[in-house]
Amino acid sequence: MSGVRAALARARFYVREFSGEAAYDRYVAHARSHDPDAEVMTRRAFERARTDAREADPREGFRCC
Amino acid sequence: MAEPEATQTDRAPNPRGAASPGDGPGSLPPAGRLSPRSLAIWAAVALVGAVGWGVLALSRGEEISAAWLLAAALGSYAIGYRFYARFIADRVLKVDRTRATPAERLDNGVDFHPTDRRVLFGHHFAAVAGAGPLVGPVLAAQMGYLPSTIWIVAGVIFAGAVQDMVTLFFSTRRDGRSLGQMARDEIGPVGGAAALLAVFAIMIILLAVLALVIVNALAHSPWGVFSIGMTIPIALFMGVYLRVLRPGRVTEVSVIGVALLLLAIVAGGWVAESSWAEFFTLEKETLVIWMIAYGFIASVLPVWLLLAPRDYLSTFMKVGTIALMAVGVVIAMPTLKMPAVTDFATRGDGPVFAGSMFPFVFITIACGALSGFHSLVASGTTPKMIQKETQVRVIGYGAMLTESFVAIMAVIAACIIEPGLFFAVNSPAGVIGTTVQTASEAVTHFGFAITPDALAQAAKDVEEASLLSRTGGAPTFALGMSEIFSSVIGGSGMKAFWYHFAIMFEALFILTTVDAGTRVGRFMLQDTLGNVHKSFKDVSWKPGVWLASAVVVGGWGYFLWVGVKDPLGGINQLFPLFGIANQLLAAVALAVCTTLLVKSGRLKWAWITGVPLAWDVAVTLTASYQKVFSDDVKVGFFAQRDKYRTGIDAGKVLPPAKNMDEMHTVVTNATVDGVLSVLFAVLILIVLADAARTCLKAVADPGSVRLSEVPWTESKIVAPAGLLASAEEKAELAAAGLDSGGGRVKEPVA
Repeated sequence: MSGVRAALARARFYVREFSGEAAYDRYVAHARSHDPDAEVMTRRAFERARTDAREADPREGFRCC
Repeated sequence: MAEPEATQTDRAPNPRGAASPGDGPGSLPPAGRLSPRSLAIWAAVALVGAVGWGVLALSRGEEISAAWLLAAALGSYAIGYRFYARFIADRVLKVDRTRATPAERLDNGVDFHPTDRRVLFGHHFAAVAGAGPLVGPVLAAQMGYLPSTIWIVAGVIFAGAVQDMVTLFFSTRRDGRSLGQMARDEIGPVGGAAALLAVFAIMIILLAVLALVIVNALAHSPWGVFSIGMTIPIALFMGVYLRVLRPGRVTEVSVIGVALLLLAIVAGGWVAESSWAEFFTLEKETLVIWMIAYGFIASVLPVWLLLAPRDYLSTFMKVGTIALMAVGVVIAMPTLKMPAVTDFATRGDGPVFAGSMFPFVFITIACGALSGFHSLVASGTTPKMIQKETQVRVIGYGAMLTESFVAIMAVIAACIIEPGLFFAVNSPAGVIGTTVQTASEAVTHFGFAITPDALAQAAKDVEEASLLSRTGGAPTFALGMSEIFSSVIGGSGMKAFWYHFAIMFEALFILTTVDAGTRVGRFMLQDTLGNVHKSFKDVSWKPGVWLASAVVVGGWGYFLWVGVKDPLGGINQLFPLFGIANQLLAAVALAVCTTLLVKSGRLKWAWITGVPLAWDVAVTLTASYQKVFSDDVKVGFFAQRDKYRTGIDAGKVLPPAKNMDEMHTVVTNATVDGVLSVLFAVLILIVLADAARTCLKAVADPGSVRLSEVPWTESKIVAPAGLLASAEEKAELAAAGLDSGGGRVKEPVA
């Protein structure tokens, strides 16, 4: 049973990483790793900032033919 | 010849190497002798590949199973990856596991962050593979399956995957600098400027050709137009969901989106049979106007509203469908009906594109064998996310091998349908006429008999009004895929669904590329115009955004319009230009790589990218030369121009033109295309000359070499190099208390 659970957790990890859903958690963890009381953006603000950055430089995340 | 002295940062053994914590007992033994067990395994792999090639080479006249093609390709990939890629990584690039990557040094938790190699492999693959590997191999199938297969497999192992890996490596050592920046820094301002201009010109042609593929697939197809049209409201809904309702919940919204997408495909079938069908039955010209309007609006809308959600959809569809296709081919194991080599290969008068096997197979198939465009991804986003330098092999080389495998599946899809049907679908109307009778006659004349009834039935099976002259590759690929999928799931009753599923699959990422590519082109244009008028540099200055977008959309829109109006067939005329352009970009990337090998003291290994460069230049320049100077009106643009010009002067209408207007169209198009061929050839020569100058200088005066490489910094990350961890790597991970994803070694608490 624990094997199945571990496999599911692993699958969930990859899907979240691959889709970019984990980006916010990573950002918070990164900010907190330097200062546990760091001010962090809300998820809403963070996701906005992330897509807006793509607006500013479209070469990030470019897709090929 | 003396090797130039390498710079400090590149050559010198790292000062603390042996003593550094991450480098103790875990330091890997050099790739040396194989153990008896792995020797046996690799001998078996080699045998599988060899038998595959043997069957492909020796069978003449009889139909063989696609399994042999898969065996040849997969066996060769495995050998290439295990031996050649490893040799390049260890001996040539000398990837350094003690050296921190930009992701580790500059980790900001957002764009620079060390990413699990298996996740990054997915990201990189999704970024490099799109519609390209599905289009080129289909068109090249007019010469039979053998030339394409040989080029796809040999090309990827010795050229394409090498280019991707080496570019990724050098960009990683430069904090993820782009190809254009590296060309400027390492070759010089002239080569750099030529490279930038090349990228821009290529982008325009690329977008036009991809848009043309979609227009040709959707013309007179109410089912296709409805279901692809529905992707826009679906994407808008997803965009609002992610922005307003539940920010960042990408997985759930993608699942909803894919479900809606499948519904849109099914609903397309209902629409095609309803009274709405008329409304969604569009002429090519109308579709072009829609495409241009879409391209402009999409590129000025905020990213979150349309581009980002569409990108999620297309990535999920891409990964899912490619996996499904691989399984489908293995289960169905269809038979190849196309001959191994057709007469068009030697005669060079094929209806799909003109010209003989050399050089035209090698420019028609770019993506999947050698694609210059990949160097833009390998030098942009990926280097900022790579955990360890040692992973350039699995990410750069491995992801390209996977794309090559997609191209092989496209070859299979094109070669399992009746050859007669293949030629009826892929020849321009000027060659085969517009009725099933004329098409049947013309195709039978090519030597591939098919009855008018069979042509009509094939269209009926997939519920399309007609399949004649549906050039551009997408419909052919969709026919092959529906053949394979319906034999696995659903039987012939599902053929129409799978056909439109495949069309949707290609259209989805072509539309994403049209949007994203327009934005990149605009960005480059704004950057250049910013030197003249400062406001243009500000990417939030709306008039600048609109103007630059309009110029870029106008550029590809022009070629798209020309493509559908050209009496000689748009794909026939434009695809070679696209291929030349893509291979030109590969030449730029390979020239940058070769220059860097020479400058970094690896002169004796310069052939690793130098030989593919020489081959690529030979192919590209031969193709440009023939396109400019050939007397054959089917091949040479200026020969075409002269012929039709003379016709106009004499007041004669020459087929396939139907009137004087069309005569003038041919003359204008041939002139524009010819001038572009010249431009591309000149750009390639400038980059090469500048690169050669830099290399000679580096060899003659090694002291003068300046590399813009970031100095060595110690890496504190432990992570396996390949997808699977070796025994040594597992021990190393266990000692550091890390799981298979690897990570930073925890600092002992003082």
